[in-house]
Amino acid sequence: MDLSWMAWTVPTALFFMTIFLLLIGMAVWEYFSPGGNPRIGILRFETTRGDRLFVSLLGAAYIHLAWLGLVGPNLWWALAISVVYAVGVFRFV
Amino acid sequence: MDKTWNNKAWFMVLPVLLLVAFSAVIPLMTVVNYSVQDTFGNNQFFWAGTEWYEEILHSDRFHAALGRNLVFSFIILAIEVPLGIVIALNMPRRGWGVPVCLVLMALPLLIPWNVVGTIWQVFGRNDIGLLGHTLESLGIKYNYVQNPLHAWFTVIIMDVWHWTSLVVLLCYAGLVSIPDAFYQAAKIDGASRWAVFRYIQLPKMNRVLLIAVLLRFMDSFMIYTEPFVVTGGGPGNSTTFLSIDLVKIAIGQFDLGPAAAMSIIYFLIILLLSWIFYTVMTNYDAER
Repeated sequence: MDLSWMAWTVPTALFFMTIFLLLIGMAVWEYFSPGGNPRIGILRFETTRGDRLFVSLLGAAYIHLAWLGLVGPNLWWALAISVVYAVGVFRFV
Repeated sequence: MDKTWNNKAWFMVLPVLLLVAFSAVIPLMTVVNYSVQDTFGNNQFFWAGTEWYEEILHSDRFHAALGRNLVFSFIILAIEVPLGIVIALNMPRRGWGVPVCLVLMALPLLIPWNVVGTIWQVFGRNDIGLLGHTLESLGIKYNYVQNPLHAWFTVIIMDVWHWTSLVVLLCYAGLVSIPDAFYQAAKIDGASRWAVFRYIQLPKMNRVLLIAVLLRFMDSFMIYTEPFVVTGGGPGNSTTFLSIDLVKIAIGQFDLGPAAAMSIIYFLIILLLSWIFYTVMTNYDAER
């Protein structure tokens, strides 16, 4: 199958593989601990594990955009902040 | 917690997953790939990294289109939601008036978007259009081709005409699902018209209003065809909304890289705003 029209690059392939692995990880987590672990965190409304992943990924996208817009193209610090943010979301939200 | 899910049901979801993958996920992945590359003819791609994202984030043109789109969505939500509720409240619940009203309300929704644009383009003209000619007769110099304020007025009125019916039909569906016993109880308690609306009708319409606000927001934030047909994004850039600007960059200028980066940013804005709307309204509903 020719996928050249999708214009794949190594960084974008790695990016999507990471997302895919995260989703598989969530599915495995759900298999061993069903129910999504709903709880009410600091946002004062109920979130499940899936909600927390969504908030983490969406937040990470905005952190990267903010870094690009305000600081510059070196995104390693934005990635580090995103990981800390995601840990915070999974811990407190 | 015990496992309550039947995992065989996932096979039933498989066709939808495949459909979504081919219609949404794979195109989105392609757009991400394009957004980090520069494209030349004959399918030649060159790595550009985050260059297009930086360009879009610092672009005054993008900021202006985003601002216009947010203002437009805010205005049409502020008009269409209350107007839709008022019309739904005043529609008949029994008798021959019900099908008549429902058909009349459904009519604008059945008209293709480019036809709606053409209707309003003609309607607004001051030489042959009823609206334009009437306003001219009243002494108002109305010209949506040259005056940005008139162009905005036309685009907003057109959207209200086209889409208020959707809000009306959703609210009406919520209203007719309220059992008569609720109204009888309110009558016994001597509840005012406002109290009936505030404590019976509005809570019952909450869920359909959530859907209406979400649909109208997303649709107005992605509006393209109608303003493109009526004003072409003008006069100047006064009605150039994000999608019109995006098409100009992607197809007009054939700058696929910046257009893809803009699409991703546009998508993230819609995703965030829709999530906020959905979360706020579902939690408000849950608290009640």
